[in-house]
Amino acid sequence: MEEYIKDFLVETLEALAVLDNDLVRLEAEPNNASRISSIFRTLHTVKGTCGFLGLTQLGKVAHAGENVLGRMRDGALSPTPEVISAVLRCIDAIKDITATLESTGQEGDRDDSSLIAELDSFLEADGGAPVAVSGDSDELAAAFAATVAPDRPLPPEIVPPEIIPVAEPVKAASPEPAAEARREGTIANQTIRVGIDLLEGLMTTVSELVLSRNQLLQLARNEKDSPFVAPLQRLSMITSELQESVMKTRMQPIGNAWSTLPRIIRDLGLELGKKIELVMEGAETELDRQVLELIKDPLTHMVRNAADHGLEPTADRLIAGKAETGRVWLTAFHEGGHIVIKIVDDGRGLNAEKIRRKAVDSGLTTEAEAAAMTDVQAFRFILRPGFSTAAAVTAISGRGVGMDVVRTNIERIGGTIDIESKVGAGSTFTIKIPLTLAIVPALIVGCAGERFAVPQISVVELVRASDTSEHRIEQISDTAVLRLRDRLLPLVDLRQLLGLTGSAADDSERLVIVTQVGSWHFGIIVDRVYDTEEIVVKPVAPVLKHLGVYSGNTILGDGAVCMIVDPNGIVARVGRIDISAGPRGIDARSSVASTNAGQGRRMLLVRAGSGMRKAIPLDLIARLEDIDVNAIRRADDGRLLVQYRDSLMPLVLAASDLVMKSSGRQPVLVFADRNARCAGDAAGRQRQMGLVVDEILDIVESDLRIEIDSGHPDVVGSAIIAGEPTEILDARRLLHREGLNMADVQAMMNVARIEIEEPVS
Amino acid sequence: MSETNMSGLSAMTRGLVTIRVANQPLGIPVGFVRDVLGPQGISSIPLAPSAIAGSLNLRGRIVTVLDLRTMMGLSRTESPEKAMNVVIDLDGELYSLLVDQVGDVLSVDESTVEALPHTVAPEWRAVSSGIVKLKDELVLILVPDTLLAMASVAANTGLDS
Repeated sequence: MEEYIKDFLVETLEALAVLDNDLVRLEAEPNNASRISSIFRTLHTVKGTCGFLGLTQLGKVAHAGENVLGRMRDGALSPTPEVISAVLRCIDAIKDITATLESTGQEGDRDDSSLIAELDSFLEADGGAPVAVSGDSDELAAAFAATVAPDRPLPPEIVPPEIIPVAEPVKAASPEPAAEARREGTIANQTIRVGIDLLEGLMTTVSELVLSRNQLLQLARNEKDSPFVAPLQRLSMITSELQESVMKTRMQPIGNAWSTLPRIIRDLGLELGKKIELVMEGAETELDRQVLELIKDPLTHMVRNAADHGLEPTADRLIAGKAETGRVWLTAFHEGGHIVIKIVDDGRGLNAEKIRRKAVDSGLTTEAEAAAMTDVQAFRFILRPGFSTAAAVTAISGRGVGMDVVRTNIERIGGTIDIESKVGAGSTFTIKIPLTLAIVPALIVGCAGERFAVPQISVVELVRASDTSEHRIEQISDTAVLRLRDRLLPLVDLRQLLGLTGSAADDSERLVIVTQVGSWHFGIIVDRVYDTEEIVVKPVAPVLKHLGVYSGNTILGDGAVCMIVDPNGIVARVGRIDISAGPRGIDARSSVASTNAGQGRRMLLVRAGSGMRKAIPLDLIARLEDIDVNAIRRADDGRLLVQYRDSLMPLVLAASDLVMKSSGRQPVLVFADRNARCAGDAAGRQRQMGLVVDEILDIVESDLRIEIDSGHPDVVGSAIIAGEPTEILDARRLLHREGLNMADVQAMMNVARIEIEEPVS
Repeated sequence: MSETNMSGLSAMTRGLVTIRVANQPLGIPVGFVRDVLGPQGISSIPLAPSAIAGSLNLRGRIVTVLDLRTMMGLSRTESPEKAMNVVIDLDGELYSLLVDQVGDVLSVDESTVEALPHTVAPEWRAVSSGIVKLKDELVLILVPDTLLAMASVAANTGLDS
């Protein structure tokens, strides 16, 4: 294809994407003259370039659209829904032709005469034949002048013409659009277009650099007096900064995935005869380009669902005493290392009773189980394949395909969906997805002498299992299970699954990685866990794709290649675990759902000092460590420090009367700023701190019903957890009290600014 | 772009990197060859088809290692971490061939290339486009694209087993 046609396509497609939204907004505020002018200009440019490139078909369509817009700009035609629909269809036609042009290099032979006739009819209806728009020649002259200007510097006394002189008379009334246009101009000058290949290449190179740096640091660690140490430290910092900057280049505002939604909702509203308003907030929230691509379709589907199923017909709304116009809110914001997207509607809400009945009818659950289920648990059924409660199937949705696909797509990228709803008041869908897929924290495990990475997002907990310990692997026929907190956890032996023949050094003690896939919990048996590492995920070679067990591969700090085990793939391979059935699954899932609903929460039970047991919400804790007490140092101001993962980590005692062991290892709960990777700490260090306890007892789920308010500032209150009175520690206060920067503490805790605050204030 | 142009030779000749596998001299068109590496640390990939010996790290890129011996119907390379690696680029993906020995780059006159006799084993015929007759030995010309197709076939059969 000719280079200039390519350029034309890129520019046109970009301009058209904006146009859809501009038109929808124009419909809402028909008197916005600058908006009309801007749409007019876009179409005009397309038309003009078509003439220049000899694209007659495209030119004709654009011209017809431009005429209508020109009439609107002159105030002779008002932007009624019919007119806007016709113009939108005109833009669709332009998109179609450009798409054909892109794939075949030809305009293709399509017949747009009826569309053109329809557009022309608007001109006639308002009197006057479809003539060239009056401002046309000025516009051309202006465009021409603007094109020439940069090449030939004008004498200083001549002011370069504004690019939008035609809009001038209208603008006299409202001066803001001009300023806006100029501002846009400067922004445009500060950005350049760069191919994605180049960025991906940059990312690969930086990953290599990081690995080489890690190797160098490893070497330098053994030679303390080497003159290389100082420059190496500098290199290390620069590398971290570079890595973060490159990561940022991959970030895009989520608004890019939303750009088509206003148009979809508008068309939907017209089709269904509903009045729908789509409110979008947080479009500037950034996330990785790759993630953006993957959530685009699920989001579109969910917004469509909210407008179609969620919102009731206008008549019903009026009967229910609601505003005539139904609203759908789409919001996005950052929370910890995640991005949270909420889709809220003020429609009829989900009917838990109806869902229960449907679930029982379709054999997904039993009467008794359904009755015992909370509403939140019941709502999750709508995420199952083939589950639709819609009475009527519309052209848009209601066929029961969709929500399960949405769920699968979101879970595939390590995200979660939660549903809240109240009959008559509307529904809220909350999606939580990681900011990036490129770098993920993973557990490096060993099995039969080989190393594998397991993404931490799917790891729920680690359990040590041996014949002598509390947890023991047992067999039901040939299936291994583990008794975990009075429940049977199905196990998959990674060694068996992967057909590994090598044997572990020590067979008596093995580790179980408790994993959650969808709503199902199961355990993966491995020989040992080496470490956690931030890994750069790379796709597996095409010849290995069919294996399914690996979600990618990565290069570890020591330069070795390591396969990333995909728990979804394991489930698929094992096959015997049916992830879409079973009350256990719903149960397990509900714990997550209800966490967000503020009902139950996973707590880590610890013993620290004398007195009551203590509990800390598990989701605040990044890692549990055993730290050698000999490595702990006391600074001059009495603060405790330990070298941990290449940096100094401050330690705080969980209780004032806690006495550390004099030798051996002390359990420490590590809190880390989960945002550091993405948000970027200039020095590239990760902010973290440790809370020293005497013993880690267990993980329990608790309602967190504070029984007694405590006078102690470090304690939120006391509650009965697992049948025993327990003090709930306020980790934030505790860490802050020890002189740690409040912003740091805030950053660490922002993952869970939950209800725990309420009892305190 | 053909490999002939990349190697800077005239249209009638082409460059071949000569390698040796199980004592059989083979030639790979130089245009495909990205790197020649000494023995490398190779991580195994459980469940992978037998033609795939594992993967290695080439300056931050992950390279899939193909075991030419298994592909030729011979026994597996005993210790892949001791073999030489010839890294080839197939449509942007990197693959490494485990070979016993890497020799010179031959500049071959197209007219001296002869088709494979029908009596040669089908595994060889599937991946070779002809034979170069040298003074003291015969060099089989490998067509790298077909290697991948073979590895995939092996992959599919590997799935059944």
